[in-house]
Amino acid sequence: MKEFSLGQRLHIDFPLLFVILALCVIGLAVIYSAGGQDINLVYRQAIKLSIAIMGMLIIAQLPITEIARWSSCLYLFSIILLIVVIFYGDVGKGAQRWLDLKVFRFQPSEIVKLSVPIMIAYFLANKTLPPESSSVIAVCIIIAIPVLLIAKQPDLGTALLVAAAGFSVLFVAGISWRLLILMGILAAAATPILWYVMHDYQKRRVLFFLNPENDPLNAGYHIIQSKIAIGSGGLYGKGWLNGTQSRLEFLPERSTDFIFAVYCEEFGMLGVLLLLCIYLFIISRGLYIAINAQNNFGRLLASGLTLTFFVYIFVNMGMVIGQLPVVGVPLPLISHGGTSMVTLMAGFGVIMAIHRHKRFLSF
Amino acid sequence: MAKQFILKDQDHESYLITRRIYISAIIILLLVIMIISKIFYLTVLQHEHFTTLSKSNRIKIQPIPPIRGLIYSRDGIILAENKPTFSLVVTPEQIENVDEVVARLKKIISIDGADIERFESAFKAALNKKRRFENIPLRLNLKKEEVALFAVNRHRFPGVDVIAGLSRYYPLGEKLVHTIGYVARIDKDDVKQIDKAKYSGTNYIGKLGIEKSYESLLHGVAGYQQVEVNVEGRVIRVMDRTAPKPGANLHLTIDLALQQIAIDALEGRRGAIVAMDPRNGDVLTFASSPGYDPNKFVDGIDGKSYNALLASKDKPLINRILQGEYPPGSTIKPFMGLIGLDNGVRTLLDESWCPGWFSLKGHTHRYRDWKKQGHGHTGLHKAIMESCDVYFYALAHELGIDRIFAGLSAFGFGQVTGIDIGGEADGLLPSREWKRKVLDQAWFPGETLILGIGQGYALSTPMQLAKATASLANRGRVVRPRLVSGTSHPITNKVDMLPNMLEGQITVTDNTHWEAVINAMQEVVHGVGGTAWRSGLNAAYRFAGKTGTAQVIGIAQDEEYIEESIAEEFRDHALFIAFAPVASPEIAIAIIVENAGAGSKVAAPIARRMFDNFMSNRGLVSKG
Repeated sequence: MKEFSLGQRLHIDFPLLFVILALCVIGLAVIYSAGGQDINLVYRQAIKLSIAIMGMLIIAQLPITEIARWSSCLYLFSIILLIVVIFYGDVGKGAQRWLDLKVFRFQPSEIVKLSVPIMIAYFLANKTLPPESSSVIAVCIIIAIPVLLIAKQPDLGTALLVAAAGFSVLFVAGISWRLLILMGILAAAATPILWYVMHDYQKRRVLFFLNPENDPLNAGYHIIQSKIAIGSGGLYGKGWLNGTQSRLEFLPERSTDFIFAVYCEEFGMLGVLLLLCIYLFIISRGLYIAINAQNNFGRLLASGLTLTFFVYIFVNMGMVIGQLPVVGVPLPLISHGGTSMVTLMAGFGVIMAIHRHKRFLSF
Repeated sequence: MAKQFILKDQDHESYLITRRIYISAIIILLLVIMIISKIFYLTVLQHEHFTTLSKSNRIKIQPIPPIRGLIYSRDGIILAENKPTFSLVVTPEQIENVDEVVARLKKIISIDGADIERFESAFKAALNKKRRFENIPLRLNLKKEEVALFAVNRHRFPGVDVIAGLSRYYPLGEKLVHTIGYVARIDKDDVKQIDKAKYSGTNYIGKLGIEKSYESLLHGVAGYQQVEVNVEGRVIRVMDRTAPKPGANLHLTIDLALQQIAIDALEGRRGAIVAMDPRNGDVLTFASSPGYDPNKFVDGIDGKSYNALLASKDKPLINRILQGEYPPGSTIKPFMGLIGLDNGVRTLLDESWCPGWFSLKGHTHRYRDWKKQGHGHTGLHKAIMESCDVYFYALAHELGIDRIFAGLSAFGFGQVTGIDIGGEADGLLPSREWKRKVLDQAWFPGETLILGIGQGYALSTPMQLAKATASLANRGRVVRPRLVSGTSHPITNKVDMLPNMLEGQITVTDNTHWEAVINAMQEVVHGVGGTAWRSGLNAAYRFAGKTGTAQVIGIAQDEEYIEESIAEEFRDHALFIAFAPVASPEIAIAIIVENAGAGSKVAAPIARRMFDNFMSNRGLVSKG
């Protein structure tokens, strides 16, 4: 019998853990600066982080087979919660997203971010790959139900992320390029319908994404101020706590969705390169784990979750630099906020579970 | 068998998945490169552009208005000062729903319709100018209680502040309004004329009087500060500051004691009194009655009060000294007499026979003397002392309009005096050219006659009369009147005296002519039978004067002027010009009291009171 390393015995992927922790430290530093140097904000975020990391480590202990076995139940449970939230949810910022369980409040849509890729990975792992058309249609339905429910809340950003998580798994599972292009065309055709169901503020955001200088004090304001922050940061940045755009509050949502602009302003182009290197390390680690996974379920799930993680990063950065419309997606592991953090950490827990349990089965 | 198939399939499938993962990695790399290139574009290529934008976001230039110079009387009494005031201001940038905020503010601080009106127009202007950062006054001159009340509610009104400022205040109010004028808020018309850079931050501008004509000295030079502001427009820190230069203090020539006597004398009447020092042009008294309270104009007078001032029959808004045009009446006679002597038309010994009327040869129209029974044989001396009209009818007739025009022009009749505040009327000294041009008529000899006694077309302002009197007192030396004698630096108190403005010398063929006329004027007050003999009684010094009565309505040939039977507004204006002491005059006065009747009765005693005060302050009047 082979000697197990400490990491293997604890079911923890130390490289991933260390880099995630490093990212969290950077995040806390930026939150301290963006939040007006409010140390209490940092404490609260640190507590949430600790809980999320503990959750990640606990999930990492779950046997991968158990995760697969419970995937359908988890999916159904999350759908039910989404339905419940429509009737009993709390309203926040004009949308019904929150479920109040007296002890704590949470957004069922966050669970869906995990349950959908798990469900699809489980579904496709039991089919022959590449998936046949009938499987693809089934997967589309699995994705569509929660996405439509979330879009109705309305929370377009989360709906897009859930869809991205589902399609990431489908893509890795080897969906034929022909089908992929067909679905792309269908999605493009559905855009006018999407426009029709969008709320006014969402439409405005899209319009001013297309032409931000049109209305500098309202909808386009976010993007203009964010670009000013990034551009004025330059190559080296203005230095930690010295970002005037954030310190003087010109940047909106500076400790949450637009925290990347604060980071750019204070740490400059070089800081961005460092941050992207850290992210790319996490992504490559996730994909490495996926490639070396024991079975298709593990491969599909680990790669799907990793790709979703990148979609988070890309959508957030794209929005902050003015390449994508403003949708409320936080910058993973940096932005202030608890719920999305817990989901992300749980995802990494699943990835760690996939990695470590493979070894047990393959000694 | 089936198991075998699945296992084989597993290999193929894992290869498929791995390939897709590599494809994903490539896509991810491409997208990351896209993000990096956009960030490179923003941070490196566009760095300067965004640095500028970032600076203009946070750094604002705030003007610091200079403190307006103070105005002092001759004896150092403050006449215009800057009083600390508190105003309630709103910063548009920080307010979402202005109407709602104003409605809530109304509950704790009284805000009336005029406030709202002014505020809303300024608010719109600020939004149009994209100067949402600048605050806009909502209520001015908060009371102390209101400031305190707002302070405790401050947290409920983000974007609303109380700011301290200085507001102009005139402690003497209406007593000197026609002299000092007032400042008021800068309006649209002012904006067109002023240099905006100099006036950024300044709220008030001189609108009238000294405040207007000395605006450039009083205003000072604006300073500015570079401040860092946050998104709400609140100043976080001051980065650079250039102090404003306060405006200069002005020292007026006004003698408040004399001014007060003049104001008291005109109490309840319409009229004007102006006294000046003939030696240097210093205006000692500058009183126009009625006046009005300039303090009401500083922050904008309400329409009702303003209309009341406009509609008042007494016309308080008119500055009678500079804008009131009156027939000079008999006060013109000393000047006529001098012109007669100077042109050789009369000698001191020449006499006219005064039967109480005068007729031109071949005409039956009788030009009446004020004294029905006539003055008998009358020379220049008696003609001035008793104010004989017939002597001057005859003199004017012989001089002719052209010589009269030239002679009176030299004394400044029909021209502005050039005093250092604006708004002066020209008055009118008629001439052949004038009549042809304006009335398109030839000059008639009869018009020359009545000009000889200061009636007809002739109009002069009290200021003109005072300046002409001063020139006479000076024996021909013409000095431009002035209200400001000097300035002082507000910090160092260094005084700069302004130079006297000597305009010239009226030359006469024989200097004894001056003494002849002045001597006659002295007899007006000191001689037996002088028209104002009562005013000269027991004076410890010698002064010279001339009464005048300006007709408001024409009296028909065979009608008699009976004061009591005529409505007040049609009664004659009382005039008096005088100077003292005779030998070397230090004060010259012109007095007009509207609709008061004869000059000797009303106007001359005022001059006596003023002279007494003036001379006693020089220590020359005997006790008792």
